[in-house]
Amino acid sequence: MAVPNDRKYTETHEWFMIDGDTVTMGITQYAAEELTDITYVELPDPGTSLGVGDAIGEVESVKATSELFSSVAGEVIEINTALADQPELVNSDAFEEGWMVRIRPESTAPLAALMTGKDYDVFLENGI
Amino acid sequence: MDTNSVLQQPRTKKVAQPTPGTESTPSQPDRTPEHHPLLFELTSPSARCAVLPKSDVPAAPQAELLPEALIADAPPALPELGELDLVRHYTRLAGRCFSVDANFYPLGSCTMKYNPRINERVAAMPGFAHVHPYQDESDVQGLLELLYRLRCDLAEIAGLAEVTLQPAAGAHGEMTGLMIINAFHKHRGEHRPKVLAPDSAHGTNPASCTICGGQSVKIRSKSDGRVDLDDLRANVDDQTAALMITNPNTVGVFDEQIGDIVDIVHKHGAQVYFDGANMNAILGAARPGDFGVDCMHFNTHKTFSTPHGGGGPGAGPVAVAEHLRPYLPVPQVVRRPDGTFSWCDDRPDSIGKVRSFYAQVGVLVRAYTYIRTLGKEGLCDAAHMAVLSANYLAARLKHRFKMPFPPPYAHEFVMVPDFADKAISENDVAKRLIDFGIHPPTMSWPIHHCLMVEPTETESLATLDQFVRSMLTIADEIDTDAAKVKSAPHTTPIGRLDEVTASRKPCVRWSASCEGNG
Repeated sequence: MAVPNDRKYTETHEWFMIDGDTVTMGITQYAAEELTDITYVELPDPGTSLGVGDAIGEVESVKATSELFSSVAGEVIEINTALADQPELVNSDAFEEGWMVRIRPESTAPLAALMTGKDYDVFLENGI
Repeated sequence: MDTNSVLQQPRTKKVAQPTPGTESTPSQPDRTPEHHPLLFELTSPSARCAVLPKSDVPAAPQAELLPEALIADAPPALPELGELDLVRHYTRLAGRCFSVDANFYPLGSCTMKYNPRINERVAAMPGFAHVHPYQDESDVQGLLELLYRLRCDLAEIAGLAEVTLQPAAGAHGEMTGLMIINAFHKHRGEHRPKVLAPDSAHGTNPASCTICGGQSVKIRSKSDGRVDLDDLRANVDDQTAALMITNPNTVGVFDEQIGDIVDIVHKHGAQVYFDGANMNAILGAARPGDFGVDCMHFNTHKTFSTPHGGGGPGAGPVAVAEHLRPYLPVPQVVRRPDGTFSWCDDRPDSIGKVRSFYAQVGVLVRAYTYIRTLGKEGLCDAAHMAVLSANYLAARLKHRFKMPFPPPYAHEFVMVPDFADKAISENDVAKRLIDFGIHPPTMSWPIHHCLMVEPTETESLATLDQFVRSMLTIADEIDTDAAKVKSAPHTTPIGRLDEVTASRKPCVRWSASCEGNG
C-alpha cells in the first residue's frame, strides 16, 4: 500500500505536510487501521504553542488510546472540528478528511529528518 | 410494561455452561435471548422491602416546610419491589458473573490465580477483623506482630533491607518508591527529573513518574523482548533518577541482562526500581535485591493470592535497599527491645505518610497467611508451577499459533493468531473462547494483534489440557468454519456488542428512551 509522497512520516505514524507557511498533521491510514474504529479525537485549542516532541492530543479507539506528538515547534492555528462529531473520518480518510491539526511552525527544519512516503512504506513492510 | 406479563412469561431455555474437562465442541449458534427484566420492569406499585410503623409525629403540609421551588411535581420514578423479588433479581445477575472460583481465567499480566479459602478464614478472625486503628497498641499486639513479621518476610523475599506496608495498591507502591528515590537524590543535592522505562512497561510506570513530577523516557526493546542496552546507554545520564523495570517483563520473558542493566544505571548515579508485578515467576528462586535492585513493590493480589477486588482494596508493599531506608514512610511497625510491637515515627528524613492509618490491613493478613501456608519451599514451588504451566501451554500451542518471542517463557507468554487468509483477529479467538467457558486472555497488548496468556500456578493439568483442546478446536474451526469464530460468542445471553456505538454514543444510565438496549 503506497502512501502519499507529498508529506513526511514519523515512526509513531503521524504525517506532516507543508502547505505554504503552515504544516498540517494527522495519522496514517495504517495507524487508523491498527487502532480500529476511532471513537474520539482530543485536539489542542487553537493558539496552543508547541515544542518539538510535545504530546498534542489523543486518539481513542475501541481498542486503545494513543498520544499524538508534534514533530515541529510552533502554534496551533486550526483544528479539524469535524472530528468532534465524526471521528470515523480518520478511519475512512486518514490522509485527507481525517486531518487533525494545522500548525504555524517556527521552522520546518525538523521535518527534513522524517521519512518520505517511500521510506515509510519500507518501514511498514519491514515490520514495526 | 405490565409487571405480571413479565413474570408469567414462559421460562426461557437455560443456556448450557460448558464445564472444563467435559466440553468437546460447543454446538452451533443457538443463543436464546434470555430476558432478565430490569428492576424498572419488575416494579409493582406500592411493593416495599420494609414496612415502617405509622408516624406518631403530626404531619405538616409540605408547602410550610419547603420553598415552592424545591418541591417536586411528582415522586421520582423509582422501582417498587418486595425484598424477595429484589434478592432474586440480584442473585440472577450474580450468576452471570465470571470468576476464577467458577472457571479458568488466563488473563495475561493480571495473575488471576485462586485465592485459598484459608486466607478468608484467618482474615475473619476477630483479632484481625474487629479492630480499630485508634485502638491502644497493647490491645492489638497480635495484629502488630503479624504486620511486623510480614514486612520482615517480604524484605527477605525481595532480598532488600526494609519494607513499608503502607501503599494501598501496586501503582501506589510505584509512586511511593519514586518519592523515596526522589528524596534520596534531593538529600544528596541532586535534581534528577528523568525516569526511564522500557517500552514493554506497564502503563502505570510512566504514569507514576508523571505523578511524581518526573519526565518519562521510553527505552526500546529488542525483537526478543529484552531491553536494548544501546538505547539504555544512550538515554541514561546524570539527569536520570531511576530506571523502572519489570522482570520477567510483560511479554513473559526473563531478561538475563538484568545485571548489566543495573550496572549501566548505577554508573550514572541513578536508581533501579523493580516493578514486582511478575514476582510470582521468580518467588523464592531469585531475589531482586541480589541482582542489584534498589527499590521495588509487590502486588499482593498477584503474588500472594489476595483478592483482586474490582479495583480495591489492594496493597502494594515497597521494599528498599539499605541506603533508601531513611526515606521510608512513617509510621513503621517495630519490635521493641522488650519484645512488644508498636508504631514508630522516628525517621527524620521520611517522605511521611502515604496512606491514612496503616495500609489495607485485611489484605495484608491474607498475604501473610499465604506466605506462611506455603512456607519457603511452597513459595518456590508456586513460582516453578507458574513457569511450568505457561511453558507447557506454549509448547502445546506453538504449532498452530505464532509465538513472536522465543522460549523459554516465565509465567506468561504472548501468541498471535496468524491465519492470514482468514482475516481472523485476536478478538475473534478471544470471543470464541468464551463459548468454551474460558475467560479471554489479555488482548492486543503488549504487542499488536496478540493474546497474552497467563495460566498461573493454581490450575490443574486437566484444566490446562482443556484450554489446549479449546484453542486447537478454534484453530480447526478457523480453517473449516471461520464464520462461526467471527460471530462468537454463541452461548452468552448477549453476543457481540456494538462497541463503536457504545463508545461514541454511550448510554450509561437507564431511562425509558434507552429501553430496548437493556
